[in-house]
Amino acid sequence: MTTTQSTTTLKVIAFQLMEKEYALPVRQVRSIEKLMHITRVPGTSPFVKGVINLRGVVTPIIDLRKRFQLPNETYDDTTRIIIAAIDDLEVGLVVDGANDVLDIPSEAIEPQPEVVGAVEADYITGVAKLEKRLLILLSLEKVLN
Amino acid sequence: MELNQYLDVFIDESKEHLQSVNEHLLELEKNPENLDIVNEIFRSAHTLKGMSATMGYEDLANLTHKMENVLDGIRNHKIQVTVELLDVVFASVDDLEAMVLDIAAGGDGKRNVTEIVQKLQKIEKGESLESDPSQEVAAAVAEESVSTNQQYDEFELTVIQQSTEQGFSCYEMTVRLRSDCLLKAARVYMIFEVLEKCGEVIKSTPSVEQLEDEQFDDSFMVTIVTKEPKEDIEKKVMKVSEVESVVGTEISAEFLRKKSVEKEEKIAKDQDHVQKNNATTSQTSQNKKKQTTSSTAKKSSKKQQVVSNKTIRVNIERLDILMNLFEELVIDRGRLEQISTDLNHPELNETVERMSRISGDLQNIILNMRMVPVETVFNRFPRMVRKLARDLNKQINLEIVGAETELDRTVIDEIGDPLVHLIRNALDHGIETPEVRKANGKPEEGTVVLKAYHSGNHVFIEIEDDGAGINREKVLHKALSKGVVSEEVAETLTDKQVYELILASGFSTAEKVSDVSGRGVGLDVVKTTIESLGGSITIDSVEGTGSIFSIQLPLTLSIISVMLVEVEKEKYAIPLSSIIETAIVKKEDILNAHNQKVIDFRGKVVPLVFLEEVFEVPNENEEDDFYSIVVVRKGDKMAGLVVDSFIGQQEVVLKSLGDYLTNVFAISGATILGDGQVALIVDCNSLIK
Repeated sequence: MTTTQSTTTLKVIAFQLMEKEYALPVRQVRSIEKLMHITRVPGTSPFVKGVINLRGVVTPIIDLRKRFQLPNETYDDTTRIIIAAIDDLEVGLVVDGANDVLDIPSEAIEPQPEVVGAVEADYITGVAKLEKRLLILLSLEKVLN
Repeated sequence: MELNQYLDVFIDESKEHLQSVNEHLLELEKNPENLDIVNEIFRSAHTLKGMSATMGYEDLANLTHKMENVLDGIRNHKIQVTVELLDVVFASVDDLEAMVLDIAAGGDGKRNVTEIVQKLQKIEKGESLESDPSQEVAAAVAEESVSTNQQYDEFELTVIQQSTEQGFSCYEMTVRLRSDCLLKAARVYMIFEVLEKCGEVIKSTPSVEQLEDEQFDDSFMVTIVTKEPKEDIEKKVMKVSEVESVVGTEISAEFLRKKSVEKEEKIAKDQDHVQKNNATTSQTSQNKKKQTTSSTAKKSSKKQQVVSNKTIRVNIERLDILMNLFEELVIDRGRLEQISTDLNHPELNETVERMSRISGDLQNIILNMRMVPVETVFNRFPRMVRKLARDLNKQINLEIVGAETELDRTVIDEIGDPLVHLIRNALDHGIETPEVRKANGKPEEGTVVLKAYHSGNHVFIEIEDDGAGINREKVLHKALSKGVVSEEVAETLTDKQVYELILASGFSTAEKVSDVSGRGVGLDVVKTTIESLGGSITIDSVEGTGSIFSIQLPLTLSIISVMLVEVEKEKYAIPLSSIIETAIVKKEDILNAHNQKVIDFRGKVVPLVFLEEVFEVPNENEEDDFYSIVVVRKGDKMAGLVVDSFIGQQEVVLKSLGDYLTNVFAISGATILGDGQVALIVDCNSLIK
């Protein structure tokens, strides 16, 4: 068992939010886009930023900072939209920056440390320590719920 | 074999063949003597059988095979076409349809069809459901002439004669392959190899070339000159697998010569008979004559279509992708046009203009690709009307006009059910029974006309019947008793408005619930469906002479005309179909009616809806002294949508907001504007209560 564990790796896209690094499995990511005009859709959840025209397809956009109840920040040149998909459901996630594709060995993944005062977030599937970086692994299904 | 990839094609083609069988059966009922039609049906049935056997749907193949046997009987004059026979064949087509639908729904296409198979076999054996001695005699005569239907020329006859003189025998071998035989050409090759070892094959029907191309049904006939006894040859051929039967008959040149003379006489006689028949038809009612001519005219036009229409099947998703990509191109075209006017470079201008023209043409072509003739919906109605007429004991002639009119695929998919409902209604409530019609001095046969045509950006579909019409008093009485309208309103209604009450929810004109239309669904469903498609329905009726139900539909659902408006910095699109007009109103003209701002619009009090508030648009601007108002309607109710400014009218491509954002209040979808941005489409229906 140990041998198989050491060989399995998870390919992820790493992105930044508030100087923290998060990761999504690469198979759930369709593309990474620069910021473009977002049309607000009234009467939706606060974290739904609106919709964009993604090459002719109207795609909903979720502001991950809002979703994770982090402080707002104005968008800048490094802001990216990660187009992620579960089956046919396609959404764009606004993040502070995205530029890394990483291989995480499965033994580096640990459950989220539970201590008193830590925010309980069920959209986090675990954390991975990679040399000096700490990656927070996200569950896209939960993020979209 | 991996068959899943062929399943879609199989289902599509099966449906097409069944439809063609249906249509031709209906034609056959009108012209029972026309063997061309039988051949046409046979061909479709045969292809269907082959396909289903290949795909492994045994039940489907077997039932088709039984049906085919009956058709074969008709073809060979063994069986006479009767209404009863057609009922059975129609019923078996129904079963086949059900099987195909089952397969389409992921089932295995199995179905209990013993009863129908028994009936078919009964017919096939000549035990016609109503045995008629004269028919049986005719069948017997026909059978004899079929047994040697090979035609020999002089040379072949001489060969046969000389070989018999030299002590050879000559046999006609009728070989029938099993219906589930997959590689017919291979079997034919093997059979020929066997036969050629026994003697010399001098002729085959169909020809060897046709046999090699599998251009035959299950059986073929071979004439062989040999010294071996017939039984031995039969046994040898039977050794080839997938051969169902081999029957040999000895022939001699004299017999054949005699036969061919007889046959010629018979053909002459047949022609005589046909002519006589034609004469009698022309003598009978004029109506019938019109029918035959119209149906033949239709047929010839259809044949032309087959020649000129070469089509391929394209998945609608691919068309959608093409359309999306094309829209991107259109957006870039807009930008290019902007740039070229800014730069004002003559060569660039010229190129951009050319590009604009070409892409405009391209857009038309792409849109047209999604268009489907309304025929695909209409063609199921003749069958339905025939059955309903029989169930209701009424005589009904269905005329279809303009079946070639084209509509967007999405509209076609939705329009079928409402039409079924309206036709049922016309047959059940519209057309009277033959006795009543006769008593009222009308022809016993009622006529229902189903008509489709283009007009402007719309398609009209009309269902007209020459039945009893709608009784104004009866409708009003019922509407009042059901509380659909109040007494005061009822008195002011025009005839048309009264007739349209039958489309209101909670209304059903049926005095007693009948088997036909009494399915617990009123005509209100029809109205709702049509309105959800952006269409409308009106009713015209004259009591005693008939009614017309007229449906107006947009050509396509994917492109709609909208009015673009601005609310602060956001752009919204309001469908033109729900806009009555636009107005600019002074602030002081706005009245307050119990916490609701209203305006007086042509004597009517119209409530105002501030889009800025409904959509919680971030407010920046100072309030204006004037309000821009779009007056919209939902049925008879109206509302004024307050916006900041009108941008103008535009044709836009309708897009959904996707699976993630479902049920957004007052937004029915989105569209992409020329600058590449997304604009939301306002759902006026949800803004008016």
